[in-house]
This record gives sequence, C-alpha cells and structure tokens, in this order.
Amino acid sequence: MPLSLVVEQLLNGLQFGLMLFLLAAGLTLVLGIMDVVNLAHGSLYMIGAYLAATFIGVTGSFWVGAALAVAATAVVGTLLEVSVLRRLYARDHLTQVLATFALILIFNEGVRIVWGPHALLLSVPSELAQPVRVLPDLGYSAYRLTIIGAGLGLAVALFLLIHRTRIGMWVRAGASNRAMAQAMGVPIRQVFTVVFAAGAALCAVAGALLGPILAVQVGMGESILILAFVVVVIGGIGSIKGALLGAIVVGTVDTAGRAFLPMLLVRLASPEVASNLGPALASILIYLLMAIVLFFRPQGLFPVRI
Amino acid sequence: MAADEHTRSVTASPDVAARAPGSAWPKAALGVLPAALVALFPPAAVAWGLEFYMGLVTKAMVFALAASGLNLVLGFGGLVSFGHATYFGLGAYTVAVLAREGTTSAWVVWPTAVLVAAAVATAVAAICLRTRGLYFIMITLAFAQMFYYGVISFKQYGGEDGLRAPRTDFGLPLGDVEVYYLVLAVLVVCLWLLWRIVHARFGRALQAIRDNESRATAIGFSAYPYQLVAFAVSGAITGLAGVLMVHYTQYASPYMLSWPQSGHLMLMVILGGVGRFWGGVLGAAAMVALEEVFHSVTIHWQLGVGAVLLAVVLLAPRGIAGILEGRPR
Repeated sequence: MPLSLVVEQLLNGLQFGLMLFLLAAGLTLVLGIMDVVNLAHGSLYMIGAYLAATFIGVTGSFWVGAALAVAATAVVGTLLEVSVLRRLYARDHLTQVLATFALILIFNEGVRIVWGPHALLLSVPSELAQPVRVLPDLGYSAYRLTIIGAGLGLAVALFLLIHRTRIGMWVRAGASNRAMAQAMGVPIRQVFTVVFAAGAALCAVAGALLGPILAVQVGMGESILILAFVVVVIGGIGSIKGALLGAIVVGTVDTAGRAFLPMLLVRLASPEVASNLGPALASILIYLLMAIVLFFRPQGLFPVRI
Repeated sequence: MAADEHTRSVTASPDVAARAPGSAWPKAALGVLPAALVALFPPAAVAWGLEFYMGLVTKAMVFALAASGLNLVLGFGGLVSFGHATYFGLGAYTVAVLAREGTTSAWVVWPTAVLVAAAVATAVAAICLRTRGLYFIMITLAFAQMFYYGVISFKQYGGEDGLRAPRTDFGLPLGDVEVYYLVLAVLVVCLWLLWRIVHARFGRALQAIRDNESRATAIGFSAYPYQLVAFAVSGAITGLAGVLMVHYTQYASPYMLSWPQSGHLMLMVILGGVGRFWGGVLGAAAMVALEEVFHSVTIHWQLGVGAVLLAVVLLAPRGIAGILEGRPR
C-alpha cells in the first residue's frame, strides 16, 4: 500500500474528525450542563450551511459570507434556547427527544420552504482551488488543509477558553455538577445561553466549511448528528477533551475503514463476498467501536469528574 | 410520570386485578365504541369505496402493535431503546427473504420472523444492559445502525432498494380485507398478552425496578433478568409488527431499520403516553392520523406535524393517555 495513499486518507480522516468535533463540542456541553438531549443540533449545522450559501452568494466572498452565517446561526441558536430549549430543562430525556425531533421536522420543512427542495452547490474559494504538494508524490487539496487548520485552531482556542478562563471554569463546573455549581454562585442560566449560542456558531462553522465538500441539502443534519452523538458518547458526556479525541478517532476510523477495509477484504475473501461485506463493515466500524468502548468503559473514555 | 393507573392497586393481588377490573369498567365501556367501529369498518369501507382509509387503519394498527411492544421496555421498563426499528425491520426482512427463497407458508415464516427478532433483541439487550441512561440510548442506537448497514449491504436481497415480498398465506390467499382482520386479530391477542404481562408479578417487578432500582434490588429483585426478558418480549412483538407491515405493503424497506424509524416509534409512544397501557395504541393512531391530515392539506406536512408535536410536549406533558385520564394523580 503506497505511503501517499495512507497519508491522504489520514488527512481526510483528520479533516472529517475536526469538523465532527465542532458539532460534538456544542452537543456535549449542552448534554453535560443542562442534561438536554438536543436532536436538533444537526439542524443548526444545516441552517449554518444554508445561511453560508446565501450570504456567500450575496456578498460574493466565501469568508465574509461564512462569517455572517456563523453570526446569524448564533442568533438562531439563542432564539431557539430562549423559546424552546429553556422549557425542556426540567423534563425527562424522552420529552426532550420528542420536542427536538419535532424541531427537526420544523427546521427541515422551513428550509425546504425558504430555499426549495434541491441541494445547493457551494464552490471551493478560488484561492484554495489548487492542490498543495504534501509528499513528493501526493498533492493534497489546499481547501481541506485549510479546514484542518481552522479545525485545529478552533479546538485549541476552545480548549484554552474552557480550561484557562473564568467562563470556562463555570462551564466545567456546570458540566460536572450543575446543582453544586449553581449553589456556588455560577450563573448557570446565562452560561448555558452563551454555551448554546457558541455551540450553534460552531455548527455553522462546520456547515460553511463542509458545504463545498458535501452537498448543502435538507436532512444533511441528521446523518452527521448521529456521528456527533457517537463522538460525545465515546468521549464521555460533558468533556471537551473527550469530544476532541473521540472526534478524531471516529473521523479517522470511519475514513480509513471506508478506504482500506474493502481493499483488505479483497485479499482475504472472494470478490463477491468482499464487495458485499466491505462497505457494510466500513459503515459498521464506528458503531462497533462505540459498542466496544461502552462495554468496557460505560461512562466513555474521559468521564467528567463529579 | 411514574404514577399511573397500575400503581393504584398495588396492594391487590395481580391476578385479582387482571380478572376483575372492578371500577375500571365504566372506562372500559368508553373503549367499546371505537373498538366496535374498528371491527365493523371494512364492510362499510368496501361498500362506500373507502378502501384507502381501510389501508390507513391497517397501518395504524400495525404501528399500534410496534409501539405497544416498544412501550413495554420504554414505558414499563424505563429502558430507552433508540433501536427498536431493528426488530421491526428484521421481522419484515425475515418474511421477505424467506419468500424470496421460496418459503411462503405463514406457519413457517411467522414463527421464524418472531424468533429472529426475539433472539437479536435478547443478544443486543444482554450487552446494552451493562450501561445506563444516555449511554443505554446510544448503545442501542449503535446496534441498530450496525443492523441497518448490514441489511443494505446484502445486494442479493435488494440492498438499498429493499425487497418486494408476496403475502405469506395460511393456506388461503389474503386480500386487503383479510389482512385488515388479520392485523386486528394479532393486535388484540398481543395487547391481551401485554396486559397480562404488565399486570402480572413480572410486570410489577419490572416497574418497581424502573421506579427505584436499588429499592427493588434490596427486596430481592435483580434487575438484569427482568429487563432482559422484557426486552426479548418487546423485540418479538415489534418484530411481529414488522411481519404484519410486510403483509400490508408487500415490501420490506431498509428504511424500516433506520434510526428515524426508531425515532418515529418512540414519538408514537411518547405522544400516546409513556408507561400507560394504551399509550402505544393511542400514539400510533394519533400519529398516523396527524400525518395523513397534514399530508392531504400541504406538501409541507412535516411542518404541521412538527408544530403539533412540539405543542403536545409543551402543553400536555403526559401524552394523550394523560389527557384522557383527566386530572393529574
């Protein structure tokens, strides 16, 4: 197996993993602090991508459009928290599932009404359209490298924010024990509104950046939502460190599995069996990983200390 | 949510409660009218050209069975399974695959399908029951996703396109009216069975474990076997609903195993009333009706369904069964 192919797939995996982290970060904090199962988190990602497509069309600049979309999605997130999520804190997980599933239906149809049923096409910004030579025999998409850079930058910034600042301390306190944090004087309600808006903004970053690679379409939130939940659960609910590690593991395992498992199977089994089993095993791999992790560590890899 | 009609007669022996509902009779009488309407509907439908609505009621009854099966673990066991579409789909696919391989006798196919669903449910639960809470939700989802991708990878059985399946028979061909009564009969038998289970010692132990596991354990019930058996029965019943679905649509689709389908079944139970005996039936009927009403009005029907569901959550926390029961207990 040539080295360039392995490096290329690892970079793809890292890029996908970092985007998953942007979604999982908000999801894990919402779950960790307020104990809210928010299935509509993927809808914020979809909204972010659609707003990005619109603003990029209006402004003519990818970066200005993306920045506007991030800000606008944060506003949408705040409105969502104030209007609906706030009423769900005291309710059980099932009620939250029902309510946020209803939100998915509403967001999906809303988007279909505003933007129409067809997928939107976003193009890679022209200055990043040329491949960059990473290895002597491997040219890699400059755009994907930029995504990796942006993802790493945001991960580091978020990490510093959570672990080095006062609001980060509040967030961590809320995630490990909300009642205790509140008793100690942390303004949990306000912290949570900020966390929710920030989570929405991170969703929009992922949506805008992934727009040119994946299609911007209705339902794009649901498929990635499940992966984000897998990341959160593998990492341990409420833990940013866990979300980052889980996201990179899931991104890499998923990407590498899709690239290499079919090739491996062709050598081990008959072509017919391999062509059936390869894609199935590749799709199953991360769920298998999650089941194994939960079997041995039922609280995830980095449980938040209580 | 813990307090429901069953906890009232905790002191009475379960057998007595099941045989002599006593004060429950006036309420039961209220159910006779809809039951009679459902039972007598097909001849009227055929006579007045309302076959479409007959199909709709069939569909609602199939989902009522699936949702009631799910409600056994979700409502009475307190185990939030986010993967029940797996058993629904496996029941359907067992029928379709066996039919493709030339076995169409219902006497063979039905028990096989139910056994497959029950066996898979038992195996999945044996592993998932190690975890609790949100982790349980996610690990059941993980297994459901594995089966979903497993099914769509078998190209010889339709892959992503699904599989057409002729109706299995009990020695006589089945038309739409026969399928309607078949589904109704299976639903009634299964509901009776579930009623017995929920009101028997087993069901009460299951609910005691749901309400307070450490207390239930302290008086001598270990959670694991009860939850495992409940999951197996639940999987079997949901699988049977999948079998019926194939008889209604004559088609097994991979969507039947997908996570939105799991979510759909959960929505029905939550909408109807979690842990209330009629929750699954009421929720399924309401959901099918709701979707049909909005579907006939607008292509953006999901918006209406979503808005109604959201309103139910915010305004009626205990579901439809909760509304029907009236004052909070």
